[in-house]
Amino acid sequence: MKIAIPIDEKVLESNVCVSFGRTPYFLIYDVETNESIFLDNSAAASAGGAGIKAAQTIVDNKANVLLTPRLGENAADVIKSADIEIYKTTNASAKDNIDAFVAGKLSLLDEIHAGFHGHGGN
Amino acid sequence: MTIAVLSGKGGTGKTLVSVNLAATAKTSIYIDCDVEEPNGHLFFLPEGVQEEEISVKIPKVDNELCNGCRKCVDFCKFNALAYIKNKLIVFDEVCHSCGGCIVVCPEKALTEKEKFIGKVQKGTSGQVTVYTGILNTGEASGIPIIKKLLAEENMEENKQVFIDCPPGSACIVMESIKDADYCILVAEPTLFGVHNLGMVYELVKLFNKSFGVVLNKCLEEENPAEKFCLEKNIKILGRIPFDTKLGTLNSNAEIAVNKDEKYRDMFSSLMKTVAKEVRCNETTTNP
Amino acid sequence: MKQLLILSGKGGTGKTTIASAFIKLADAKAYADCDVDAPNLHLITGWNAEPAKTDYYGLPKAEINPELCTQCDQCRQNCRFDAISINEKYVVDPFACEGCGVCAYVCPVEAIAMIPAVAGELMLYSDGEKAFSTAQLKMGSGTSGMLVTEVKKQMKSAAVDAGLAIIDGSPGIGCPVIASLSGVDMVLIVAEPSVSGISDMERIINTAAKFGTKTAICINKYDTNIENTKKIEEFCKKQGLPLIGNIPFDSNAVKAINNGQTIVDIDCASGAATKKVYHKTMNLLFEKGGD
Repeated sequence: MKIAIPIDEKVLESNVCVSFGRTPYFLIYDVETNESIFLDNSAAASAGGAGIKAAQTIVDNKANVLLTPRLGENAADVIKSADIEIYKTTNASAKDNIDAFVAGKLSLLDEIHAGFHGHGGN
Repeated sequence: MTIAVLSGKGGTGKTLVSVNLAATAKTSIYIDCDVEEPNGHLFFLPEGVQEEEISVKIPKVDNELCNGCRKCVDFCKFNALAYIKNKLIVFDEVCHSCGGCIVVCPEKALTEKEKFIGKVQKGTSGQVTVYTGILNTGEASGIPIIKKLLAEENMEENKQVFIDCPPGSACIVMESIKDADYCILVAEPTLFGVHNLGMVYELVKLFNKSFGVVLNKCLEEENPAEKFCLEKNIKILGRIPFDTKLGTLNSNAEIAVNKDEKYRDMFSSLMKTVAKEVRCNETTTNP
Repeated sequence: MKQLLILSGKGGTGKTTIASAFIKLADAKAYADCDVDAPNLHLITGWNAEPAKTDYYGLPKAEINPELCTQCDQCRQNCRFDAISINEKYVVDPFACEGCGVCAYVCPVEAIAMIPAVAGELMLYSDGEKAFSTAQLKMGSGTSGMLVTEVKKQMKSAAVDAGLAIIDGSPGIGCPVIASLSGVDMVLIVAEPSVSGISDMERIINTAAKFGTKTAICINKYDTNIENTKKIEEFCKKQGLPLIGNIPFDSNAVKAINNGQTIVDIDCASGAATKKVYHKTMNLLFEKGGD
């Protein structure tokens, strides 16, 4: 199973980035092999629709689960159409959030904020 | 003759000036281009309102024809498309209607459909024809609505046209003043007012428009906006004093010139000054 | 960081006047002006030093190379924004161009390039203790939502440890407002007792409600039209929105601003009323159970 997380720095101990669409990097973590891949988020520089493009990246990298503090409506539509489950991160590092998820301690992200109409979140 | 009324910031009295000038002119056309916050209709309360929905074209996908090449997804500069589980998804509100995806699709799987973004209302109030543009909440660009509002068929030959512009100096304001013969800049007597007057001043100069300034809410104190005009040698068309009665009439959405002789005189004389300026500019540009 | 956004819907209701007073009262360590079309907050926040400036790029704009152009007219026919015209040669109107790239794609001789275009300027005033982030959109540019996002991002990264951030929003309900709303903890709406002001206030409340953001209202220049003030009071009651104060019209406010001061720097009626609104706002913003 592959887990995707928006992160601020290219290390496992990085903070989880508060913005999904405009995060600088994504971590794709394979739970079976413990393998980490760090992806540059090409959507970060988009003038609009960053969430959609970032979500496409997650889908294309075959993630099964997304851990994120928040998610916009449009990005959520993309993620959900791909049957990827979305869990809400806590205020801890990416690594700790992965451990918490594996231990079944994270809850599903049920609060999807209204989109920013393609004009970028924070 | 088409006159655009604009100001760098909101709340300086654009609507006050354009509504009262339109009501002062005998037969005129008032066009509210402030599509995010159209307020002129609250003053005119136009009757016999006809409404036209304004739409833009957005793509529609035929998933039978789509082969998943993703050329459209890669092309779209606005990230309005995603390809998930062998299906193309279009995000309507992110789409800028550029038509690029349709052009690049090798399978002709994309066609267009209409999406409503707002409306244009036309009604009459006395001898004034009132046009109002209204942008739906959440839509990004009101430009298609402004284009419709200022379409030539709305401009009757011998009538004075007054355009109430959106605030600021963004592209939507440029669209609103593009075909105006004269621009009236409304300014407040504050440091903020001057700063924003400076911005619209640059804008009308860039577009080579003839223009003048109306100083609104004038108090006894020193007026930084007036100082700015004198320094830059800008024509001051008139001064509207800060006046509680005018303020109350205006805040109740009453047309001041229809309520009080005093204001009728004030706006008539402003109108005369403007007309003279326009004529004067015509003779200098077309001798 | 708790973020307070001050909005109005209609322009000229006194957003910036109140924001500047709040910044003074809170001795705020982080604040921003999101009215990138017509920024004013920098005029009265007393920074003397020059800000650090960064160019802000929007989408690139098309440019036609007349040497290569064969005048086939494909670009003009395919442009949805009427941005290409013929004036002896084919030219792009940079103000109308939205940067979609369709013309460059359809051009059979590759005469069109998409050139990065500066759409505005980000400015950061900072002295190590306080940070003030602002920006100015270039005349005629349309992509201000993204710039607003950048202004907020710049503020946050310059003042990571600030407990409170005060953000002066932009007028309207369009894309810059939506971008300024994102991620804030509370919105204070500065209403004005006029028919136009009420109409715009209702539109902005609907927009804030879409985001589920905590919202409170204060009425500025409430005494210029008592009847309309009552209407706003009734409206708030009906909607269950907290109305946290009325600020009187005060010609001293104009004097203060024109001297580059905030209304709480001088002893005046509007300043005193604003102080009360400030305290109630802080109570709401920091009350338990929020966030």
